[in-house]
Amino acid sequence: MKIGIVCPYAWDVPGGVQFHVRDLAAHLIGLGHEVSVLAPADEDTPVPPYVVAAGRAVPVPYNGSVARLNFGFLSNARVRRWLHDGNFDVLHLHEPITPSLSILACWSASGPIVATFHSANPRSRAMSAAYPMMQSALEKINARIAVSEYARRTLVEHYGGDAVVIPNGVDVSYFADAQPDPDWTTPEGDGGPDGKGGTIGFMGRFEEPRKGLSVLLEAFPAIVAARPATRLLVAGRGDTDEALKALPEEVRGNVTFLGMVSDEARARLLRSVDIYCAPNTGGESFGIILVEAMSAGAPVLATDLDAFSLVLEGGEAGMMFPNGDAAALAEAAIGLLRDPARRDALREAATEAVRRYDWSVVAADILSVYEMVTESTARVNAAQVTAAQLSAEARAEARAESRAESRSESRTDWRGQR
Amino acid sequence: MKLVLTQYTEIVVLVAVLILLFGLYLSWTATRLDRLHVRLDAAWLALDAQLVRRSAATQELARSGLLDVASAVILATAARSSQIATEDEREPAESALTRDLRAAFDDPQQLALLRQTPEGTDLVQELGAAMRRVQLARRFHNESVRAVRELRGHRRVRYFRLAGRAPDKPTFEIDDEPPVAIGR
Repeated sequence: MKIGIVCPYAWDVPGGVQFHVRDLAAHLIGLGHEVSVLAPADEDTPVPPYVVAAGRAVPVPYNGSVARLNFGFLSNARVRRWLHDGNFDVLHLHEPITPSLSILACWSASGPIVATFHSANPRSRAMSAAYPMMQSALEKINARIAVSEYARRTLVEHYGGDAVVIPNGVDVSYFADAQPDPDWTTPEGDGGPDGKGGTIGFMGRFEEPRKGLSVLLEAFPAIVAARPATRLLVAGRGDTDEALKALPEEVRGNVTFLGMVSDEARARLLRSVDIYCAPNTGGESFGIILVEAMSAGAPVLATDLDAFSLVLEGGEAGMMFPNGDAAALAEAAIGLLRDPARRDALREAATEAVRRYDWSVVAADILSVYEMVTESTARVNAAQVTAAQLSAEARAEARAESRAESRSESRTDWRGQR
Repeated sequence: MKLVLTQYTEIVVLVAVLILLFGLYLSWTATRLDRLHVRLDAAWLALDAQLVRRSAATQELARSGLLDVASAVILATAARSSQIATEDEREPAESALTRDLRAAFDDPQQLALLRQTPEGTDLVQELGAAMRRVQLARRFHNESVRAVRELRGHRRVRYFRLAGRAPDKPTFEIDDEPPVAIGR
């Protein structure tokens, strides 16, 4: 199948949508499909061979945040050329609600279109002004996908229309097969009921308040008081001195900042820690990091956000604490560190829970959507009426056949009785 | 002919332009509506195809000889009734098929037994995929129905009969929840 994917955000800026598009494209290519990704990128940005650069993205304030977007005549011409040259069987747009390459492509294209909605941003009053214009483009979309039940609800409530939920994908075995790093694990015999230690992991740009590191740091002294050898490993970009200020002097030695880490180091860190903590205070529509941690076998302790609760299956596949409640976090963490059996149980439940997020399952689902959309739409374009008639005729035929069958059956019965 | 300019000319021209613009707006709306109708037809074809596929997968499983006789008879009958159902009977028949499938796979042992043979594994796989596709296709179909209805509800569409003779199609409401064991 020839698949055209449009990524609305700059390729060289890391982000959930970009990673999703990258992994999806790689997976589909692995299955033998022809994939082309159109994404904003400078001519000189290094991109994989399947990416077509659509030019530099311009930062624009939009709907409460700064979006880096492409628009204008030049972008429009590029989109049209890409659509024309690609001659795709199906077009897959991402995040078509932002004014971006996706909406440009939606405007120019006809034929089978699939769209994935990632964010859970409610529609603002200002957006209502532009919405009728976008709506006529959105109407062309044959199949809508939301990455989480939460994103779907946003779509239903704020934009109208429904979507199927196909979650973000994770390469489960990549995380499950990573090698633990001895530096980040608890020494033998130190993690048990009478031990003193344990490692807690945190990942993300921690200067962003919504990631919630401050909640974890507030809870940390209490955790160290109960288990003095506990270590906190923080991976991600941010001002470490600023973060440490919140901590009393004596526990600062228990905190290690790893800075930005590679994909491999991420997997190894998740594989090593005794608890992965996600104290986010909001703004999450899916929580892919939880799925990654669960794939790596790290017991998860997270805020009770709606999005997290869905991934953690209401607390069965990971522990949750009330949003912003540092005391509850500390208590839960201490409890988990003391109880290896509980951690094993969580690991087991998590391994079962993450199966449906594996790329093999997710990509198969997305492919079924492609097939469904291409089969029927291609037929409709070719012969809108005949196909519908054919189906009706086939059913009538089957009914006639079945009546004949039942008649002959009853005749046999009657003869049998004689 | 001599062009007569009266005090009304301006107004006449203005009204003509407004009528023209409104006409364009109506024509644009009609195009949108037509596109939505085409999309709905496509969505229905897809849903119909997936339902047929599901019932065929059920029938194949029933005929494979891998199921116990009671389950096989129930599933074969349900699959057949879904295939021969008239338009009005379609929804209850498809729901019944779903429920029979759930009942048949209520016992996890049934599935474990089927998966022991390569043929059984394939059949279960096929059935699971078909059930998932029914769910997807139905969502897409009902979403298309909603979009058509929303536009058809507008006054400009009703007053100017932009929908033409296209029938007002209902959503397709069935129970399509797959058995827990197959659902994953």
